[in-house]
Amino acid sequence: MQMREMETLKHSDVNQAKKIDIRKTRVRWGEFLIESSLGLCAMISIFTTGVIIFILAQESLGFFEAVSPFDFFFGTSWVPLFEPSSYGVLPLLWGTMLITIGAALFAIPTGLASAIYLSEYASPRMRAVVKPVLEVLAGIPTVVYGYFALTFVTPLLRKMVPGLEVFNALSGAIVVGVMILPTIATLSDNALRAVPDSLRQGAYALGATSLEVTTRVVVPAGLSGVMASFLLAISRAIGETMAVTLAAGATPNLSLTFLESIQTMTAYIVQVSMGDTPAGGIAYQTLFAVAGLLFVITLILNIVSQWILSKFREVYE
Amino acid sequence: MKRSPLELSNTNIQKRHRKARMFRLLCAGVTWLGAALLAILLIQITLDGIKWLDIQFLTSFPSRFPYKAGVKSALVGTLWLITMIAIVSIPIGVATALYLEELSHKGRIAKIVEVNIANLAGVPSIVYGIIGLAIFVRGLGFERSLVSGALTMSLLILPVIIIASREAIKTVPMSIRHAAYALGATKLQTAWAHVLPASFPGILTGVILALSRAIGETAPLIMIGALTYVAFLPEGPMDSFTALPIQIFNWVSRPQQEFHELAAGGIIVLLVVLLTMNATAIFIRHKTEKKLQ
Repeated sequence: MQMREMETLKHSDVNQAKKIDIRKTRVRWGEFLIESSLGLCAMISIFTTGVIIFILAQESLGFFEAVSPFDFFFGTSWVPLFEPSSYGVLPLLWGTMLITIGAALFAIPTGLASAIYLSEYASPRMRAVVKPVLEVLAGIPTVVYGYFALTFVTPLLRKMVPGLEVFNALSGAIVVGVMILPTIATLSDNALRAVPDSLRQGAYALGATSLEVTTRVVVPAGLSGVMASFLLAISRAIGETMAVTLAAGATPNLSLTFLESIQTMTAYIVQVSMGDTPAGGIAYQTLFAVAGLLFVITLILNIVSQWILSKFREVYE
Repeated sequence: MKRSPLELSNTNIQKRHRKARMFRLLCAGVTWLGAALLAILLIQITLDGIKWLDIQFLTSFPSRFPYKAGVKSALVGTLWLITMIAIVSIPIGVATALYLEELSHKGRIAKIVEVNIANLAGVPSIVYGIIGLAIFVRGLGFERSLVSGALTMSLLILPVIIIASREAIKTVPMSIRHAAYALGATKLQTAWAHVLPASFPGILTGVILALSRAIGETAPLIMIGALTYVAFLPEGPMDSFTALPIQIFNWVSRPQQEFHELAAGGIIVLLVVLLTMNATAIFIRHKTEKKLQ
């Protein structure tokens, strides 16, 4: 059809065609419809956030009508399911902190060392082996880590550490550390590799050794990405559920050692939801109060980590 | 004997280089420790679970008796779940990525959506579980069904799919878009006929990785109450169900040694499913990387 139109195109037609304003395009309603529906899909994420905040806030407010926020945030005893009940969240928060601190103590040095090895020392061939291994480690479901903690790490630790309970914070912390190690290693590796080679070469030219180049030039230059990876990993450790539920136990307490059974915020949520908790009761509402606290803590960590990335990123070139 | 400044600096240099070599060894050792941990984990699980792995294990329902128990309902439940998650999350995720990268005016709203998605990706999975419990199970009355599980999991992996798809779309060279525009294609035509096919392998890789994350997630399913004794196969989306990670969790949390070994058997099945998916993703990535070069 187009061909025929072309053939019949005459001089007068061409003159007329010149008058058509190509900026005036007709509205394509079909496309408009499709584009709007794609836009709607994009809005789903905003909607999801809204729903998460709304539901956590609504149920938490119901909870805070029955329990004063002061008792919740500063109480040192968490006995929500039995009488006399007590709703101090500090033991749960402390349990989460213990696991997170332990995991970070393990994962931050090893993760950073792995990242340095991958970006500064490993041959391309070695990288091609190690990177997939880290990715596989990152892809293993957390319930598998829970199994690993309970049947391998804990028995091993009990042989070495006297007085270690079957459920203990130490085993949970180590396994969570193993879990977040790949996050730190791969993200830090990306950050270190983004540091331009000219900086390294400059330092080598001045006679620096590889250790000095790494610790005084490369790591400081990639520090924003490295810090962001630490924060992301810590936020993952805080939200980690299955491994700590299986390994660390269900005893909310303010224990200072890693040897006893503790309970994290996430493990508490699992414990309650496994029982048949009626909707609307105070026990049901504690779920949302604890989850709300968890949400706020991880959100703050994520926002800070993004802020560090955007604010302190050294842009070379 | 007094040393000359040159000699002194020589020993100093040797010391510094020795330190550097030790640091290098340390970093390499720590990295291999990670690989060793993976090896120990896999070997341990295989040793524990391999003797339970047989046809009977794959074709039996869970049971109080370890020698009779199997993963049939869990495996079928996981397959149901993953199919439904894929149907819900892939279209929405890819559509969102396409809209944000190709169609939206890169203004304030797009920026807000972007930050928002990054934050959603960091929300702990158990929080999604609670939201699923409140909305799908209780609010909309879907009960403890496959629909509740699939919708909850879809919310969880949507940010992952969106971020991966956007990365894939970003790698499509501008020249392809310009060529399409130059021939008079609209934005939507360009996105649909050129950008999407060109970024397809990358999107597929991201989607597979996201789905494999959904397969292993346990906490949200426990929240919506999938942790029940299910000795039947789900026949429709509204049926109650169990899934592999749930079954594994159930077995691990029992005190008896036999059930721990069953759990290891279940883990092997789960890991085989996961590794197959991951291997596919890595294979696709490898293929496309070669093509681009």
